[in-house]
Amino acid sequence: MTTIETSSPPAVRSSRVNAAKLLSRYGTFAAFIALLIFNLIVTPNFVSWQTLNVNLTQVATIVIVAVGMTLVIATGGIDLSVGSLMAIAGAAAPMIFMGQLLPIENMGILIILSFILPILLVMAFGWFNGFLVTRFSIQPIVATLVLFIAGRGLAQVATNGNLQVFKNPDFQFIAMGRIAGIPAQVVVMIIVAILAHCLIRYTVIGRQIIAVGGNEKAARLTGIPVRRVKTFVYVISGALAGLAGLIVVARNSASDANLVGLGMELDAIAAVAVGGSLLTGGRANILGTVLGAFVIQLVRYTLLANGVPDAAALIVKAGLIIVAVFIQQRADKA
Amino acid sequence: MLLTMQDISKAFSGVSALRSASLSIAEGEVMALVGQNGAGKSTLIKILTGVYQRDTGLIKFQDEDVVFATPSASQAKGIATIYQEINLAPQRSVAENIYLSREPRKFFGLLDRRAMREGAAAVLKTFNLDIDVDMPVAHFNAATRQMIAIARAVTQKAKLVIMDEPTSSLDEREVGILFDTIRTLKKNGVSVLFIGHRLDELYEICDRVTIMRDGQTVAQSAMQDMPKMELVRHMLGKELAAFEAIARDAGNDDSRPIRLSAEAVGSGVRVRDVSLTVREGEISGLAGLLGSGRTETARIVFGVDKLDKGKIRVDGKERSYSEPADAIADGIGLVSEDRKIDGIVPDMSIRENMTLALLPKLKKAGIVDRARQQEIVTRYIKALGVKCASPDQPIKELSGGNQQKVLLARWLCTDPRILIIDEPTRGIDIGAKAEILKLLRSLADEGLSVLMISSELEELLAAADRVTVLSDGRSVAVLKRNELSETALLSAMAHQVN
Repeated sequence: MTTIETSSPPAVRSSRVNAAKLLSRYGTFAAFIALLIFNLIVTPNFVSWQTLNVNLTQVATIVIVAVGMTLVIATGGIDLSVGSLMAIAGAAAPMIFMGQLLPIENMGILIILSFILPILLVMAFGWFNGFLVTRFSIQPIVATLVLFIAGRGLAQVATNGNLQVFKNPDFQFIAMGRIAGIPAQVVVMIIVAILAHCLIRYTVIGRQIIAVGGNEKAARLTGIPVRRVKTFVYVISGALAGLAGLIVVARNSASDANLVGLGMELDAIAAVAVGGSLLTGGRANILGTVLGAFVIQLVRYTLLANGVPDAAALIVKAGLIIVAVFIQQRADKA
Repeated sequence: MLLTMQDISKAFSGVSALRSASLSIAEGEVMALVGQNGAGKSTLIKILTGVYQRDTGLIKFQDEDVVFATPSASQAKGIATIYQEINLAPQRSVAENIYLSREPRKFFGLLDRRAMREGAAAVLKTFNLDIDVDMPVAHFNAATRQMIAIARAVTQKAKLVIMDEPTSSLDEREVGILFDTIRTLKKNGVSVLFIGHRLDELYEICDRVTIMRDGQTVAQSAMQDMPKMELVRHMLGKELAAFEAIARDAGNDDSRPIRLSAEAVGSGVRVRDVSLTVREGEISGLAGLLGSGRTETARIVFGVDKLDKGKIRVDGKERSYSEPADAIADGIGLVSEDRKIDGIVPDMSIRENMTLALLPKLKKAGIVDRARQQEIVTRYIKALGVKCASPDQPIKELSGGNQQKVLLARWLCTDPRILIIDEPTRGIDIGAKAEILKLLRSLADEGLSVLMISSELEELLAAADRVTVLSDGRSVAVLKRNELSETALLSAMAHQVN
């Protein structure tokens, strides 16, 4: 008996270590599969095109924003302003194509501009985030809090707090249209995720992002332009938030500066955390983030489809984040 | 004796940090504790203050056998520690800091602010310090903050105050103020354990000295009976002959063109006046005791820290880099002293760590040229004999010596003309040490200029073609190959003119 007891602890520890590592690598995927199986058994009419459509279109904006957030988090930062930037882009686009801002008659040009200008605008705001973080060494959480608060205010002031209702099939193609039968926003989501994955994996700036997050001092000493790299991720995060903002207003046929992107920063951060990227930086798992967003979406859908109110879904979401972070820490200690 | 520590041993996961070290301090005595990095000073202090537990040995404090299980237990007995990064709460007032966690109370447990203020002012007055005790600590300079920390120790009725490199961030005037404070402590019968590296300061303020090396106490004597040379010799030891000399024969050294030169360079209080030259194809050593400003000089040259005064020339052109990237563009590389803190990116693979500095040149339209990267990494792993399972292994899994080789390769693959290498063999086993020094030599023979910072005499003697010696932020001697000897180096480090 005694011998068994004294010899067992190391064995137990090592198997626990492996379990933690496995969980951190495949945990998100396992959770996703588990949710699918649960729904197949419990939720009525789960296997239908409609369910797939609803979930994919709802998850698309989360994924798009969360991809930008993954890049920011990979440098050891965080971007709280994404929801507000969505509101800004979402407010600007209708003002452009409804001809309120620019004296241009040609509708085609207006539509194109209503995609380009809002995104350029929020990229500028993203650059401002990066400027605060790099030039004044303000902690990212505080620096982006500025636009988290002021950004939505700007959107509200610009629209006088009014709801902008519109019907413009060309603009709304991004949310309503289909490409080869797939909803346009889902296509956008896939493209964004693939591009970001390739950016991180194969490009110089992608590797520099990871190095800055992994060891900023070492990165600077190897000549990596740390400030430029950091500013870059905030600009990209801003651009993707803007894109998501356009999709949201196009889907709603209306832009309400009070509501567009509300709480999105938290969904995005949650997706990154659940997806297995370290919140301290140095890792960027884009595919994980996509899966993380899917898990969060599926949890919400599962609860709603089974009559649990949205408010309760929030609590489950919080629980998910805790579990994800716990697993991360365990795996890291191992 | 106030404190006697005898035969203290301590090992961390099998690696011994202390081997029967000892230390004794009398009442009202200022004891200097000196030794190189890794000599075991801080382990000894941490055992004394209850941060670590000893494996074997005896500690007597005030004629009583003691075991401090926690830092607060040692504080309760009257041992106060003042760390380099002073542990005060910067935004709280002076009075609050002095009474932190021992605040005088009134009825209902409310703070007695008046008692705090008056008590604090009274204590500070004994150190001739007349400051507004309601101001936040952050408002004051480093020396004053240190005195506030000392005042805090005094109100705790400390019998022994441990000061860990208290002068490292002070200017000369502030050092004077600190020393007055120490003398006041002494007068009140309080003992001080003074950990420091600046010899002149030690001789000025300390009564006795304890010297540690390799986890052992190698000497203990009254300060005036210990000549500087002797002290340095004890600190550095003389386990020479471990390497065969691999330096090139001198002779026409000074005919080679100068690649890098610093002229009366200064920055902050750590680097005051440093001049040095590195010629083409030579290994130029930079020596000095801990805290003499070696690493800081390298950081200035490389553009990490700002140059306050003096000139830096690279290939004869005046240069003042504001970012390492600018220095790298001029063909300079820096292998830094602390691999963990500013060398490796732990989670990244060997491949990525090795090519981090080269990345901008490895791109085709922004995309990393994987084939070329792989080719370079394979070549350097082979050339430097990096032992690893695969280039995709995270660098944190490698041994210190292999990590160092990867970091060396990180610069070599950028084809630098000047390589600054800070403690090339720190934390590396003896076999790998000789290997790395040989490698540096063969690189120099191919024309690379190397500035080698080292605290190991044998390394400098074996590999350097010339050595610039720093002391207290100033370059005090330049020794050419034919002038290099253990004695010459030691006496220059001790800053003695023969």
